[in-house]
Amino acid sequence: MGTAAAPLPRIRAASHHRLRRTILDFLGWGMSAIAFLLLGGAMVWILAVVVMRGYHALSLTVITHVTEGYGGGLLNAIEGTLILAFGGLILSAPLGLAAGIYLAEFDRGRLAPVIRFLADVLVGVPSIVIGYFCYVTLVERLGWKFSVAAGSVALAIISLPYICRTSEMALRQVPRALREGAYALGARDSRVVLGICVPTALPGILTGVLLALAISVGETAPLIYTADWSNYLWTGHLTKEPIGYLTYAIWAFITEPFASAHALAYAAAFFVTLFVLLISIASRMVLVERPGWRRPWTR
Amino acid sequence: MNFRRLTALLASILGGILVVIVTFLAVYAWPAVRFNRLHFLTQNNWNLGNLYADPIMVRGQQVLPAAHYGILFLIAGTLLSTLVAIVLAVPIGVGAAVFLAEALPPVMRAWVSLFVELLAAIPSVVYGLWGYAVVIPFLGHHLFPWMVEHFGFIPFFGGHAGSGYGLLTCGLVLTLMIVPLITATVRDALVTQPAALREGAVALGASRFETLWSVLLPGVRRVLTGASILATGRALGETMAVLMISGNALNYLPNNIYSPISTMASFIVSQLDSALEDPTGMAVRSLAEVALVLCLISIAVNGIARVLLLYQDRQLTRAV
Repeated sequence: MGTAAAPLPRIRAASHHRLRRTILDFLGWGMSAIAFLLLGGAMVWILAVVVMRGYHALSLTVITHVTEGYGGGLLNAIEGTLILAFGGLILSAPLGLAAGIYLAEFDRGRLAPVIRFLADVLVGVPSIVIGYFCYVTLVERLGWKFSVAAGSVALAIISLPYICRTSEMALRQVPRALREGAYALGARDSRVVLGICVPTALPGILTGVLLALAISVGETAPLIYTADWSNYLWTGHLTKEPIGYLTYAIWAFITEPFASAHALAYAAAFFVTLFVLLISIASRMVLVERPGWRRPWTR
Repeated sequence: MNFRRLTALLASILGGILVVIVTFLAVYAWPAVRFNRLHFLTQNNWNLGNLYADPIMVRGQQVLPAAHYGILFLIAGTLLSTLVAIVLAVPIGVGAAVFLAEALPPVMRAWVSLFVELLAAIPSVVYGLWGYAVVIPFLGHHLFPWMVEHFGFIPFFGGHAGSGYGLLTCGLVLTLMIVPLITATVRDALVTQPAALREGAVALGASRFETLWSVLLPGVRRVLTGASILATGRALGETMAVLMISGNALNYLPNNIYSPISTMASFIVSQLDSALEDPTGMAVRSLAEVALVLCLISIAVNGIARVLLLYQDRQLTRAV
């Protein structure tokens, strides 16, 4: 640009600049909208496949009969999924809550940060590794064989850090004044925590338990090595009796070349997905209302 | 024992689980570690040996003749599928987070975010079902041949398009599974950025996108790094979906992005039945060694992510 025409290019440059800014703004928002639509589209696609194919596969037989070969129903698997999930919760909920109480209420020494760190890392350990660990120790060494007990322990280990850290978060939300009031009235630690803090934080704690339930119902890999599969209803033995569950039916039956097997796989996927999504939405509904809450994990 | 001590004890049990898992896997896998030595990680040869011959002694361990365990192809498959997933998930995750945090009116934000983040709630095996029954036929018959035709000149994008089972399919499905973690974390961080930052940028004449790009996003860089590493850890350990769509390659490395692969996590599931055929137990112990390697990798990855996120957590805990 010549020096004589100095003012003019500056104006032109400014308008170019403005145009460039407008285009960049447009591109930026456009890309972010595309990214969002990709995710939303994938979600709709998955849900459509599972719901439509699953719905067509549903019949009364599916929920009233046990599996026979590659047909029949899924009663055994539905029962097994519920037994394993609740078995896992019975083990993990008290322990996880106790650990959460320690981290939130009595966090004074050097132990708490270490436990918090170990719990967070345990969340990231692949579930198949936990399954293999349970296989080596419980199924083989202790001789429990494929069983409800081994499967429940595997699910409990996976659930524990979630329940622990969600309980901790929930308890931290309880106002300090409530504790001070209770202590001032002469209450002991156990009374303050179990009588005041835990009831106040119950919605948050429940969220963690629901999250653990959703994970347990959706897990497959750790159960293949610990619960195996069974075509029959549970006879009540905790050990040495394999048990079926829905996610196994999805994995095992979709690769079989029979229409009846495919129908069972889709029906199982329908139940599992619906159940997991409903629990996740329910647990979120508790939280959406509460500003300041930050969930420890997305799952 | 008072209540405080009791909760400390129970919390220690939780903390100890991780230590116990690593210790037991290491002890169980030790004969395999001795037998396999370092070529376990550097060679491509998973071979149970002659199942009908009498066991022989090698390096103090009883094994089948010609038994050899090298899992380089598993390490490659695991790392490559994770790489594809994370390369796709970071931009998509940040883009979606920006859309949710900045473009949506706050009334809709919570519920629209929930809808997308529920992608993380869908069980792995359902992703596997979807991938196996719907995505693979589409990719194998339409998209991959089209990509070979039009993008074949890019290294690793050409060659044989395959059947749809393989590295890119795994990468795509893994992307969907890990992206909500990035989206949710970045979205939360964007929403909680101080209003003063926004106001300052706008006062300087920045547009909303410029504010976002130059002021808000640099502020969440650390959170994004932490979330991305956590997402990496999840992709490394994903089992069922990968098992159903990877093609379960054995003993070879992928030669393009459509090649079948196998990952450490899915291999543990797919090989247990055959490993149990080995009467010396070396195959099962070698699988335990695979689990041990996977466990140590995920501990390292998650440990790093947690240390990075710790700073952010402290800030938030103080705010609460």
